[in-house]
Amino acid sequence: MADTPATNGVNFPLEIHDLTAGYHKKPVLWGIDLQVPKGKLVGIVGPNGAGKSTLIKAIMGLVPPSSGWVKIFGKPYNENRRRVGYVPQRESVDWDFPVTVMDVVMMGRYGHVGWFKRPNKADREIARDCLDKVKMLPFAKRQISNLSGGQQQRVFLARALAQESDIYFMDEPFAGVDAATETAIIALLHELREKGKTLLVVHHDLPTARNYFDQLLLLNMRVVAYGETEEVFTYDLLQKTYGGRLTILSEVADAVGQRAK
Amino acid sequence: MSEFIPAFEWQRVMVEPWAENLSTTFWIVLMGFLITAACGLIGNYLILRRMALVGDAISHSVLPGLAIAFLLSHSLNTLPMFIGALGAGILTTVLIELIHKKTRVKQDSAIGITFSTLFAIGVILISFGQTDAVHLDAECVLYGEIAFVPLDLVQTELGPGALSVVEKIPGLNSEIFLNGNRLTIAPPSVIRMAVVTGITLLLIVVFYKELLVTSFDSGLSSSLGINSTVVHYALMAMLSVIIVSAFEAVGAILVIAMLILPGATASLLAHRLPPMFGITVVHALLSAVGGIHLATWLNCSPAGAMVVAGSVLFGLAWVFSPSQGLLRRWLGRELDELNEEELDRLAKGV
Ligand SMILES: Nc1ncnc2c1ncn2[C@@H]1O[C@H](COP(=O)(O)OP(=O)(O)OP(=O)(O)O)[C@@H](O)[C@H]1O
Ligand SMILES: [Mg+2]
Repeated sequence: MADTPATNGVNFPLEIHDLTAGYHKKPVLWGIDLQVPKGKLVGIVGPNGAGKSTLIKAIMGLVPPSSGWVKIFGKPYNENRRRVGYVPQRESVDWDFPVTVMDVVMMGRYGHVGWFKRPNKADREIARDCLDKVKMLPFAKRQISNLSGGQQQRVFLARALAQESDIYFMDEPFAGVDAATETAIIALLHELREKGKTLLVVHHDLPTARNYFDQLLLLNMRVVAYGETEEVFTYDLLQKTYGGRLTILSEVADAVGQRAK
Repeated sequence: MSEFIPAFEWQRVMVEPWAENLSTTFWIVLMGFLITAACGLIGNYLILRRMALVGDAISHSVLPGLAIAFLLSHSLNTLPMFIGALGAGILTTVLIELIHKKTRVKQDSAIGITFSTLFAIGVILISFGQTDAVHLDAECVLYGEIAFVPLDLVQTELGPGALSVVEKIPGLNSEIFLNGNRLTIAPPSVIRMAVVTGITLLLIVVFYKELLVTSFDSGLSSSLGINSTVVHYALMAMLSVIIVSAFEAVGAILVIAMLILPGATASLLAHRLPPMFGITVVHALLSAVGGIHLATWLNCSPAGAMVVAGSVLFGLAWVFSPSQGLLRRWLGRELDELNEEELDRLAKGV
């Protein structure tokens, strides 16, 4: 109801009201309403084509909304851009591009550097620290085509860290990484959350989703459910999200079953 | 065979161009270098953005732009030609985007549709212009001649005082610039190209960040507030300017080839953009110099010879590239075999 972005003077890191967005005038997301509080690690879960990537792109203004609005800390995205960090899907870039690992992480600093200027020594220091956090510092001078999938994902994560943002959007950071990297990434996400950052992470694996995230957003073109993980990770809601697809349903049954144990 | 290929006489091929025809050689090489460098620098980005064919397209579709400018202004003056070509270049870019985004037609087909249509319109428009006193034809647009560059020199007569000063300046007192009491500034096409190449280099340096991030990850760049569409159109505008200023002197062949060859060569030899730009410029210089000697030897068009020289350089880079060269692959295989033996030995616990 209320069109005011702030509730009791507190600005939500992310507030979405009645957002409809899509491609070629064909909506993919319908009437999304969402208020994400500070310091939460939120998993975005839904089947392929549910619009998870589109939601992130719409929040960042990469896909123009046909109605509704998005506020980041109470302001339109464009005014609070620097407080937002982004990890795109790994396949969205060309990994043969002639840049080194360090170059990619430095791109995370570009938002702070401004037009016409070059990143300075301080920016370089920050980038090195971020690479160190994801254990990729020894690879700083490598060309990115010589990296494994898991290493590429770590580089993307380091770049997001270099953005020094307050809210992060990550599109499938766990896709194609081994168990060790997955553990390392989740530890990093928890560390960011302890620092009061807000994180929204697209995730595909239901059994682990339950353990990783404070809150879940179940998405399938609309918000099916949003809330604390214990409350929304139920058979009925997951079935509603995945819409009666048998293979998925048995996976859901497994996942819920595990939870019951 | 020897009837077709003249003998390679060292004196005639390698020495005479610089000894006997210094002025002509100098201007042709300089022009070839400037064009190749400008095309190569911007070409690096075309290759990285997988738009290598766009250069081909724009160089054909500037024809209607030139024709319209010619029909409206009744002259071959630089300014109207420039505006016409720039307009056509932007139009090409817009049309390609439009067809590609609004239909299921893929980008390469969209490029094909756009430039063949515009080129055909250009051919039709040009036939309207034939009745005029001055005339413009498709041949002259597509196959300009770099050998004509030195024929059109801007010269000024020096008084005796100025002459005695100029004669003492090293470099300036050579026959390139001084002919009796006439001081050559430069052929106007070379001056124009130098300005364009300089601006290209400047823009690439100033907007390095923006060009890099929009080329690598347009999602991130938009989220950072760097509009990739604006950067795209700026790049295409610059490309049109380069193409049209190069055209007048050398035609499309050198331009199209040089958009791709230097960048492709550089990508074999380096894995970061700054050194790639350096290699691009060196490649441009070597192609221009190599081309003039090849042209003298075979008695052919310098523009064509420069392209061949550039291709030879690409071939050399392919063989000798430190990371992906043929040579390394052959040697590398031997090394791998050694390693396997060693691994075997290790496995056996020796
Ligand atoms: N660039 C695009 N142009 C047109 N339609 C698109 C585009 N990107 C996505 N879509 C469509 O929008 C819908 C949602 O796509 P989206 O990528 O947001 O799904 P997702 O939930 O991220 O899926 P996945 O799990 O496969 O990554 C799909 O039906 C897809 O076909
Ligand atoms: Mg997706």
